Amino acid sequence: MANAQATSHALAHTHGASGPATTFGIGRVVLYVVLIALALLFLMPVYVMIVNSLKPLDEIRSGNLLALPQAWTIEPWLTAWSTAQIGVQPTGLKPYFTNSFLMVVPAVAISTLIGALNGYILTQFKFRGAHLLFGAMLFSVFMPFQIVLIPMAKTLGLLGLAGTVKGLVLVHVVYGIGFSTLFFRNYYAAFPNELIRSARMDGASFFGVLGRILLPNSAPIIVVTVIWQFTNIWNDFLFGASFSDFSSFPLTVALNNLVNSSTGVKEYNVHFAGAFIAALPTLIVYLLSGKFFVRGLMAGSVKG
Amino acid sequence: MKAGWLPKLMISPSVLLVLICVYGYIMFTIYLSFTTSTMMPSYGFTGPASYERLLSLENWQVSVGNLGVFAILYIGVAGLLGLAFAILIDQKIRSETVFRSIFLYPMALSLIVTGTAWKWLLDPGVGLEHTMQNLGWESFSFNWIKDNDMAIYCVVIAAVWQTTGFVMAMFLAGLRGVDSEQINAARVDGAKTWQIYMRVIIPQLGPVFVSAFVILAHMAIKSYDLVIALTNGGPGRSTWLPSVFMYQYTFTRNEMAVGAASSVLMLFAIGVLVLPYLLSEMRRVKNG
Repeated sequence: MANAQATSHALAHTHGASGPATTFGIGRVVLYVVLIALALLFLMPVYVMIVNSLKPLDEIRSGNLLALPQAWTIEPWLTAWSTAQIGVQPTGLKPYFTNSFLMVVPAVAISTLIGALNGYILTQFKFRGAHLLFGAMLFSVFMPFQIVLIPMAKTLGLLGLAGTVKGLVLVHVVYGIGFSTLFFRNYYAAFPNELIRSARMDGASFFGVLGRILLPNSAPIIVVTVIWQFTNIWNDFLFGASFSDFSSFPLTVALNNLVNSSTGVKEYNVHFAGAFIAALPTLIVYLLSGKFFVRGLMAGSVKG
Repeated sequence: MKAGWLPKLMISPSVLLVLICVYGYIMFTIYLSFTTSTMMPSYGFTGPASYERLLSLENWQVSVGNLGVFAILYIGVAGLLGLAFAILIDQKIRSETVFRSIFLYPMALSLIVTGTAWKWLLDPGVGLEHTMQNLGWESFSFNWIKDNDMAIYCVVIAAVWQTTGFVMAMFLAGLRGVDSEQINAARVDGAKTWQIYMRVIIPQLGPVFVSAFVILAHMAIKSYDLVIALTNGGPGRSTWLPSVFMYQYTFTRNEMAVGAASSVLMLFAIGVLVLPYLLSEMRRVKNG
């Protein structure tokens, strides 16, 4: 496994093996112009979301999307947050924001714990079928979730969890096992064996090794897993759309309803504000810990 | 250490969940695809009738055709742009972290957010066309998202924006892993920078190309959220993908067997794509 640590290490250090010598000729100028133009292009959609969420509607219609607001207003934000019509009541996105948090916090916590436990067992103990089991878990990361929608809907119904946030927590825990196990397994596979062996010599139990040796030294991979699971589960749409109802919609489903089922006047400014509200939690996490987010991405792509 | 009963006990809940909720459910869905299930599952085995019906449905043919166009362009454009961005970033630039973060941040966004933003950006009434005309370019026209023949390209644009940074990060990790001695040797021989990339570096990135291809292709097959938020499959059915078809037939058109059959074909496509990759990766780990 070209593992996550090595990959992020390579990303973080510019040893510039392939860069040219630093001469400031015309080539460098062109390079920076191109880079800055591309950066602006990539920032444009979020810029458009922000500035237009702070304009009155008629200013969007008569003006252009790139212009700064002339009459600044936070009205669209207030509407998106607390009065826009999404469900039966004009509640805004607020209750759905709460739903998403109620869904994401337990789902992330549980799947991270399970991942740590599985990673520990898969790396420190030998048993038949361990390799096959890990492969089976890995494939579940790639499979199209459409293949499990029907039986899962049925199962949630049987368990009395259809249309509830609890049901969504269960679904995300189940289909999060693959990723969280992958992260921890690869991390613990590179863990110094001497530490574990000497702890065992001192009589540490199964949980003692996990609780006192492995977990206290797992901060980086815990952060990677939590960020990855948080981002994935917060952003999920398919499970939310399939297994929830008006009382339990996660934010992504509510946002889509706000934007796509509104009849009559299209309140672009409210839609942009709503989209930005839905984007904020994962954006903040990304800005605070982009390095760990990249590690999660890379570990998810360079498998093994 | 050989596992005693406790480790086995502690991993068994995960084993059970994966066995039931992944592989059991796959079996269940495959079985359903051979029944006459409509709104609710029914369990009488009827053979491959729903596959015959599926393949004959124009909605399915259109969905598969759209996926073909979308996947080819998405993989090609995001792959090439990702490589190009990685090479640009690799030129010992200042503020590398800032540029990398800017190119990668869309990956942190929900595809529903991306879809919403691009929906209005590409909308002729309010987005790019409207803005250009407002700025004085009266004849500017860009209404792909309203055009049956062009709307699928709008999905490509938004998806490329979302993922290019991810591909860039993969290639950048690959570029940085290339042996610097060969590069220095080529430079001593008088090779220009672009020649070094073409002849020395890029030929060594084979494994990254494979990874990027598998990741992008499987994302293309699974694409759903973006289409729903951006075009909701329209105009007409011009941006339906198999994922959209599956949801429509299963949950709103009450043709569960056909929906199940379509998801089985999606799984099959992903399996053909991903299994060889996973197996080779796992073998590599086992051997080293």
